[in-house]
Amino acid sequence: MNDDLAKLLAFVDKGGLGRRAFLGRTAAFGLTAALGTTLLPQGLKAQEAKKGGVVKLGLQGGESTDTLDPGLANAPAKNNVVRQWGDTIVEVAPDKALVPRLAESFEGSADSVTWTFRIRKGVKFHDGSEMTPEDVAATYRRHSDENSKSGAFGIMEGIKEITVDGDNVVITLKSGNSDLPYLLADYHLQIQPKGGMDNPDAGIGTGPYKLVSFEPGLRYVFERFADHWDPARGHYDGVEVLVINDTTARTAALQSGQVHAINRVDPKVAKLLSRAPGVQVKSIPGPGHYVFIMQVDKPPFDNKELRLALKYAINRQEMVDKILDGFGTVGNDFPINASYPLFDESLPQREFSLEKAAEHYKASGHDGSPIELYVAEGAFPGAVDAAALFQASAQQAGIPLEVMRVPDDGYWADVWNVKPFCASYWSGRPVQDQMYSVPYLSNAEWNDTRFRNQEFDDLIIAARAELDEAKRKEMYSQAAMILREEGGVIVPMFNDSVDAISEGIAGWIDDPQMELMNGFLTQKTWFA
Amino acid sequence: MTLHPVARLAAQRIALGLLLLFAASVLIFLGTQILPGDVAQAILGRSATQQSLATLREQLGLNEPALTRYFSWLAGVLHGDLGIALSNGQPIAPALAKRLGNTLFLAGAAAVIAVPLAILLGLISVRYLNRWPDRLISAVTLATISVPEFLLGYIVIFFLAVQYQFLPSLSTVYDGMSFGARLHAIGLPVIVLVLAVLGHMMRMTRAAILNVMQSAYVETAELKGLRPFAIIAKHALPNAVAPVVNVVMLNLAYLVVGVVVVEVVFVYPGMGQYLVDHVAKRDVPVVQACGLVFAAVYIGLNLVADIVSILANPRLRHPR
Amino acid sequence: MMRLPVSALIGLCLTTAYFAAALLAPLIAPFGVAEIVGQSWEPASAQFWLGTDSIGRDLLSRMIWGGRTTIFVAAAATALSFGLGSVLGFFAAVRGGWVDQVLSRLVDLLMSIPSLISALVVLSVVPVTIPVLILVMGILDSTRVFRLARAVAVDIAVMDYVEAVRLRGEKQGWIIFREILPNALSPLVAEMGLRFIFAVLFISTLSFLGLGVQPPMADWGGIVKENKEGIVYGIPAALVPALAIATLAISVNLVADWVLDRTTSLKGGRNAR
Repeated sequence: MNDDLAKLLAFVDKGGLGRRAFLGRTAAFGLTAALGTTLLPQGLKAQEAKKGGVVKLGLQGGESTDTLDPGLANAPAKNNVVRQWGDTIVEVAPDKALVPRLAESFEGSADSVTWTFRIRKGVKFHDGSEMTPEDVAATYRRHSDENSKSGAFGIMEGIKEITVDGDNVVITLKSGNSDLPYLLADYHLQIQPKGGMDNPDAGIGTGPYKLVSFEPGLRYVFERFADHWDPARGHYDGVEVLVINDTTARTAALQSGQVHAINRVDPKVAKLLSRAPGVQVKSIPGPGHYVFIMQVDKPPFDNKELRLALKYAINRQEMVDKILDGFGTVGNDFPINASYPLFDESLPQREFSLEKAAEHYKASGHDGSPIELYVAEGAFPGAVDAAALFQASAQQAGIPLEVMRVPDDGYWADVWNVKPFCASYWSGRPVQDQMYSVPYLSNAEWNDTRFRNQEFDDLIIAARAELDEAKRKEMYSQAAMILREEGGVIVPMFNDSVDAISEGIAGWIDDPQMELMNGFLTQKTWFA
Repeated sequence: MTLHPVARLAAQRIALGLLLLFAASVLIFLGTQILPGDVAQAILGRSATQQSLATLREQLGLNEPALTRYFSWLAGVLHGDLGIALSNGQPIAPALAKRLGNTLFLAGAAAVIAVPLAILLGLISVRYLNRWPDRLISAVTLATISVPEFLLGYIVIFFLAVQYQFLPSLSTVYDGMSFGARLHAIGLPVIVLVLAVLGHMMRMTRAAILNVMQSAYVETAELKGLRPFAIIAKHALPNAVAPVVNVVMLNLAYLVVGVVVVEVVFVYPGMGQYLVDHVAKRDVPVVQACGLVFAAVYIGLNLVADIVSILANPRLRHPR
Repeated sequence: MMRLPVSALIGLCLTTAYFAAALLAPLIAPFGVAEIVGQSWEPASAQFWLGTDSIGRDLLSRMIWGGRTTIFVAAAATALSFGLGSVLGFFAAVRGGWVDQVLSRLVDLLMSIPSLISALVVLSVVPVTIPVLILVMGILDSTRVFRLARAVAVDIAVMDYVEAVRLRGEKQGWIIFREILPNALSPLVAEMGLRFIFAVLFISTLSFLGLGVQPPMADWGGIVKENKEGIVYGIPAALVPALAIATLAISVNLVADWVLDRTTSLKGGRNAR
């Protein structure tokens, strides 16, 4: 066995390489797959989950103002908390397959307008009552109510009617959407007793862990729910979620063994952290991306030449190297990357070019007054540094870009969607349709770039009902090119999600959808 | 019956303090009103729509005029009711009490170490005036006072939690934790806070005692042949009490109201973090309640300092 | 000529050096403040004497430019707080009566709200620019100076020579500037040392909370924040500005100590942060 292979094996043992990747690389050493399999370390063979222990998560993204209402979950700590006590009716597996959960099965009509979900029987809520199809329907009604504060309201808008038919919940849409089950896997849509109508923040669900106590923004304690319907989930005796917003404090807590897993590792220190003893860093490419958004209806951004000038003046590779320290990939001014189904790899990549930037800037006839880019540290990690890099390269192209740093406090209320040019982020959506529809359709609620393009709208809406995958892919490619040329969004980079866990945790599966295995870390892993 | 002058003064100061508290509450309320955005926007964040904003504002009573909201809050407070947090619907009083308890616990632990230590170091400095112990104490306390607290925090985390795992880097305390476990948890922030306030109190003690050392009675004591340390501790210190108490109170107030950065670094659930979170959410009733507590702590400590100064000074104790 | 103790001499030299570097930044900084010249966190080398920062800017250049901001803002804020605080403090002491009461209670009121919270509120409402930073810090800090100045002046105001001047029929302005100010100068100067440091720390804390000067401009506290992630991994980029703050603090206070040793007066509070 040569040295490289030994290293590779050690790497697999540390959990740094998945099974398939391991077999792929052994082939490169001239070994057969069969031999590769026999060499496969204990760690990757079918593993038996062990029960027991209390797992502690140290999470960014919680405040003392938080509630347990899953509809209001909008930051990482809260998003992970709902995964402990709740279940959705379907899940999207790490490989993007749909997995029925509280629904036993589901099917859509031929036109994708009517969807029928057969609800599982014998599932108990933490308060001892039995979950019924009425609870499911009530949950969806609560989130789709016009007066709802739910973060899922946007994805429920297409629903016309929710009815209960025996063991089934039947959802009728306003128009066909073949992606509906993906939408119902959304983490806001945890099924609650009576839909949580009377008590939305009780924290009672059907999940594998039952809430014992909590202090908002500080600590959530769960114990294993003995009557959980799925014995394959929830191997720990208990879960503790600690909110640690300070990045340095979070990594220090993991290194000193006070927590077993943390989210949002600063990419700048990810490599340094991975050298620390007892720690595994998990970097997973995903659909999340950082953006600079220009409102195309406000001067000077109503000028396409100026928008192109700025798009050429941003050095994407430098940003990936310095802001993400390599934990990410360059963006191409539309919000889709290879982590989406039906992504077209052949679309041309926008390259950094000071000449083209200067050319377009000249063509725009801009008067040379300062172009103000608003940014706060909280817009995305490293946003202020990224803006400084953008400013430096833009000024080389003769574009008078000025950075206006504002406090995190009030950024989403007073700057984002208000100032014509600012930094922001998108965490990605399960399917292309949603990622395009939520911010870029003419009538979209969150159209933060004020992009209105009839041709683009037509393509996205037609693609929704299109059943031929090749045609659908072609439509998305055309839409991408329109947005890339005409749009107000600059996408410099797609960020990997970087988590870190202690070596004692076994059963990790990379899941690109959300951090910490899409929030399922405590459900699917165990102490080795 | 006429009151003793000191009692009368105290009564006056307490009345004045209450008036100040009221003024502070008005000022804080005004402050929250000029901040851009409101609690509805802050709760909904990026997912806000015009419809949901309007509904939430209606539910939270934000459409009432500002004056009405202030007075209904005030009426509640006068009846001992701090109200309900707008952002998460939890009653404020129990949450605040818990946070205040934590803050006082941390401040108390730091003060128990820092105050005697600062006075002792001050005494040593005077005893060895301008010799190496004095200079060493001076330089070290100046250095610790000058390093930003968050950096001090990271440095102790690096050495004492990550490298040597001597104390935990997380200071989260919660219900059901034993007293010993709590003390262990707050080890690192106490170290940082002691280093942060030590210098100021020590320098003050040194300066105040030096001031007194020039007096005739200290010279008399010296001529009587008393040992230098005895002179400083028994004759000079008691006469330097007023300025020392003043600076101690200022630093105690600082330990209670000014440690939000330390709370962030060590994830300690104190008042500062609680207040900053609610300012960010524009949760006016909570901000009001916290502001009131902070102002009360400050005014109360000042009152204590004044009264101690008067009691320590015979000329003030028996005014003409 | 007065004989300087060694410590005061060291203090004076270092303070002068820092102020000189701040003034001469455009001449002596090897690179621009925003210029990206290398990779992230490069170690010190012949080209980059202190290495590079988190996004590959020359740390030495940023330190020099940052010192310019930090020292200028802190000095201006300290000057403002002393101008405002001492004049009002003297005025309150000399006038006494309701003027004293109103000013003193107003100061109590301002002081009863934590400075950091006041600063957060104000800086959330108005855009953060250098004049605004100076104004906010100067005004908040002037409350501490007011208390000290008033206390010192109350003692002086009852002195026989002030009484004599009063009887001579001089105006209050004359009493304040010709009689009280010269006699209260030493304690105020000594206090100024600590106040200056607290101003430096206050900007650092604001920067830590994301409210400091605008990027790509630098200030020392901001440089600490930009590079703080590296501390736990032994990357010195965050320690360099911290060291600069500490040595500046010590040298300014060595000078102030020297002044203090020649007076018998007392100092104000750390609470100013």
